[in-house]
Amino acid sequence: MGKIIDVSRLVKKYNKANTNAVDDITFDVSEGEFFSFLGPNGAGKTTTISILTTTLSKTSGKVSLAGYDLDKNQKEVRKSIGIIFQNPSLDQNLTAEENVRFHAILYGIYPFAPTFGFMSKAYQKKVYELSEILGIQKDIFKPIKTFSGGMKRKLEIMRSLIHKPKILFLDEPTSGLDPLSRKNLWQYLNEVRKSEKTTIFLTTHYLEEAEGADHVFIINKGKIVSSGTPSKIKKELIKNYLLVDSKSKRKLISELKKLKLNFEEKENIMINLRGKNPQKVISSIKTPLNYLDIHNPTLEDAYLEIIENNNHA
Amino acid sequence: MHEVNAILTIAYRDFSKFLRDRGRIIATFIFPFVFVGILGSSLQSNLGANAGYNFLTFIFIGVLGQTLFQSTASGVISLIEDRENDFSQEIFVSPISRYSIIVGKILGESLVALTQGIGVFLFGFVMGVHLTVFEFLRLAPFALIVCALGGAFGVFVLSNLKSQRAANQIFPFVIFPQFFLAGVFGPVKNLPPALLVLSRIAPMTYAVDLVRSVFYTGMAEYSKTVLFSTLIDLVVIGAMFLLFISIGTIAFVSNERNR
Repeated sequence: MGKIIDVSRLVKKYNKANTNAVDDITFDVSEGEFFSFLGPNGAGKTTTISILTTTLSKTSGKVSLAGYDLDKNQKEVRKSIGIIFQNPSLDQNLTAEENVRFHAILYGIYPFAPTFGFMSKAYQKKVYELSEILGIQKDIFKPIKTFSGGMKRKLEIMRSLIHKPKILFLDEPTSGLDPLSRKNLWQYLNEVRKSEKTTIFLTTHYLEEAEGADHVFIINKGKIVSSGTPSKIKKELIKNYLLVDSKSKRKLISELKKLKLNFEEKENIMINLRGKNPQKVISSIKTPLNYLDIHNPTLEDAYLEIIENNNHA
Repeated sequence: MHEVNAILTIAYRDFSKFLRDRGRIIATFIFPFVFVGILGSSLQSNLGANAGYNFLTFIFIGVLGQTLFQSTASGVISLIEDRENDFSQEIFVSPISRYSIIVGKILGESLVALTQGIGVFLFGFVMGVHLTVFEFLRLAPFALIVCALGGAFGVFVLSNLKSQRAANQIFPFVIFPQFFLAGVFGPVKNLPPALLVLSRIAPMTYAVDLVRSVFYTGMAEYSKTVLFSTLIDLVVIGAMFLLFISIGTIAFVSNERNR
């Protein structure tokens, strides 16, 4: 599989800003991959996506999408991508069908016609098909003002797939949706992935959304702080350890050495568990302890830790 | 062909939005009512006899030019509103030329302005300004030119604005003085030097004068009501159009991306 997104040493400094919003990042995405940018608000996710989708200029670096250089061939890049923006970009004054039609004509799929009836038969068929998939056959000709948040998001995704993009960018697509709408949207997205084999570039601050990805990049303050498959990141991120201490600290240390446990001396003594059962480790220590704590973070905690550590660094 | 389709669809969107906006349609008739109905009638009653030409007709034709110019200009500025609603992202990531976006926007808002122009006509008819079918048809192509100038002027103003708030605050200042400098309501043939300079710089002057020069051609009032010949108006409008649209488009596109 070839690289469909190739980013090298990308930097973005906004006008009048003191720091780089995106600070020298390099990554690539293979064709058909589900790729995720994970990070807190203000990490540089939307900035990166805006540059990749040609709506924002970069300060320096090299970017190519679907084999086209971003500087030299913007039009081809635009043809190859679909985008779901963080803020809905539907026209509230138009009907759902008009929003779809507007998009299809802008992308040169069908020629212009002033009403649905005058559009080509192929287009009409497509719209009926899509409205059935979304379950909005009744509402497709109604103004989208009446649609729910989840419905609008689905309509946007449906609209962005009309020109069969090679890469679909999703910028925090579920922010502002209730849990049920989020679940529904992900179900729909997974179906789309299976049927269209589209490369997906997702930015999110929800960890569980990134877990389904093939590759995850954790980004904070414009820099990539961790990367790999979700399971690799989990392994890297999640460190289970025991914190112990004793009045006779020396005795405890020599005992831990004898037991061949891996530990670090900090304020307390930190015993890395590395898959060992904490109960067994504790019961093997005979020196009386005056402090004991088990650190067993969830992936969420681990992620927050890495972000916090990075913020203090 | 793709670009033409894109231009048509952008234009159509603006036009259909106007047709669905009842408030905007009603507002369309308020200006002509105030300017032609109240101002025009009162000036005609009090000053008309001494002017040597019909004031009501003079103001009516002026308001027609002003409406076409202003409506297209303010309509194009709604691109800022699109930007704030995040709708412009949808347009700006699509694989079409940036010039097509601007041209589509101007075309759409010109259609809106022409519809409003028809409103002015109907109102004029009620007020007793009766145009023949021939006079109406003769004005039509020039009406389009006035819209194009208004649109280009809108792009130029727009490219220097950051938000809809700024647009709402600044637009009246660039439009209202032009009402008087362009002589929509009164003659501006003779003015003190400073005002004369401002009057002859104001784009609306040429928009209004073009419509009047076409309307009054062959009439006895021509010399009293018209500033320049149709040809001179067209040349100045052409030059202003090119200047506004090129500077405006380049600045707008670069402001969009270089943040």
